[in-house]
Amino acid sequence: MTGLGALFERLGRATVKGVDEMGFAVSLFGESLFWLVMGPSRKQPVRVSAVVAQMMEIGIYAVPIITVLSSTIGVMLAIQGIYTLRWYGAESRVVMGIAMSVVREFSPLITGILVAGRSGSALAARLGTMRINQEIDALQVMGISPVRFLVVPALLAMVVMVPILTMWSNIVALGGAGLYCAGNLDMTLGVYFDQVMESIRVNDLYHGLGKSLIFGVLITLVGVVNGASVSGGAEGVGRMTTRSVVHAISAIVITDMIFVFMVTR
Amino acid sequence: MTAPAPVPADVRPIVVEVRDLVTYYGDRLILRGVSLAVREGEIMVIMGGSGSGKSTFLNALLGLLRPTSGTIEILGKDITRVKPMELQELRQSMGVAFQTGALFSSMSLAENIMLPLREHTKLDRKTMQIMARMKLEVVGLSGFEALMPAELSGGMIKRAALARAIVMDPRLLFCDEPSAGLDPVVSSQIDELLMRLRDTVGMTIIVVTHELESAFTIADRICVLDKGEIIALGTVDEVKHHPSERVQNLLNRRTEDAILDPDAYLRRLTGEAN
Repeated sequence: MTGLGALFERLGRATVKGVDEMGFAVSLFGESLFWLVMGPSRKQPVRVSAVVAQMMEIGIYAVPIITVLSSTIGVMLAIQGIYTLRWYGAESRVVMGIAMSVVREFSPLITGILVAGRSGSALAARLGTMRINQEIDALQVMGISPVRFLVVPALLAMVVMVPILTMWSNIVALGGAGLYCAGNLDMTLGVYFDQVMESIRVNDLYHGLGKSLIFGVLITLVGVVNGASVSGGAEGVGRMTTRSVVHAISAIVITDMIFVFMVTR
Repeated sequence: MTAPAPVPADVRPIVVEVRDLVTYYGDRLILRGVSLAVREGEIMVIMGGSGSGKSTFLNALLGLLRPTSGTIEILGKDITRVKPMELQELRQSMGVAFQTGALFSSMSLAENIMLPLREHTKLDRKTMQIMARMKLEVVGLSGFEALMPAELSGGMIKRAALARAIVMDPRLLFCDEPSAGLDPVVSSQIDELLMRLRDTVGMTIIVVTHELESAFTIADRICVLDKGEIIALGTVDEVKHHPSERVQNLLNRRTEDAILDPDAYLRRLTGEAN
């Protein structure tokens, strides 16, 4: 086969695999909704304890790193904003820029990326290891749906905790930016937060939180699809875990752009 | 009063019936029209060398692999055609002990054993703990309830997997290489346990193994698989004295390719054999 032919063949195979994985992700989502709604009537409810455990892992244990990075990004935005606006003598208008960009963009994005790196990869690694150890087969032959037992608790926890973490990131990033502005613009924190509240509307908040909810779903599905596709032992787990982080972050950024394009214009 | 006469083996109901099972992996034909019936209360051992198709056959029996054609009736239901929910219900009457144990690494031994009870019954936690303790005692692991799978030896993991497989008192038990890689003492303990389950509660047991000694000890009947087809099926004596050279080669651990033609070997390696 010629070099060009081989290239097309590789491209074709990659496309088919991509479509196959997307189909798998959609069917996983559908099956998760099925178990969430129908589980209790079929005497196979989703265990609350499993959801709480996942919420702790995905949400509570991520608070320190979200706090550090969000406050840093808040300060960084303030520094850049003041530096840029000083050219036009408009540094006092920096608060509006910070408030809008944090609430609508930076908080959902940084939270999504952090959760994808922390919990999406952990989910892929856990499922991958379970797969090569035949634990998923064991669940199936025990008559326990792996989707209900493993996927739904993670999905529910993501859908609840990623928006909550985003809200926390909003507060911390705005707080960090406020401290910098207070020190540089002869502005009290009270005045800063008054300006923040004047700058953002409830819709801006919904915009950010709505995106973070979608990111939570994406991180779970990408993690599960990659974890369930593991083959080849420990090396395969490592490969798919890395792949899951790359795919989840790409999905988050691309979805963000599409969301903004559809909602903001 | 006299004890009831034992039911003759050939009139007991059929629990597993496989007809013309064909399975492909991609272009590769793995199972070539396998047919087999297993009666209630018997231990059927499926034997074969590496690549004989026995693991594929087991996966098909467990419903983990959809065959290309053929039917598999388990407890009266064709698992190649039932709906997923029906298959899930049917699986509550089946127990499986995997070769690797497949214990959940994030759960203690007791939690592993209790999992099927927790998911399929409404028993309270105390009763489930008692049942788990009883099953662990049956496999000789009482006192180890709190340990995590990573803290267990290979033999203990196999026995724990067996305890989990029988915790729901299934009618049908599948064991994948239950004594592979174990020392002779633990291996014979597992063999004895399987025979006890058959003799005391009439459990139907399907064992996949390549351990000849274990197979000859526990089997009521043996099914010998080679290159995806059954080459012998019968009692231990019938299989031991089977006239086929392929069967005898397998039993005597000889391979048909023991004396290789170097040219043919090279052609096979480079994919030019056919």
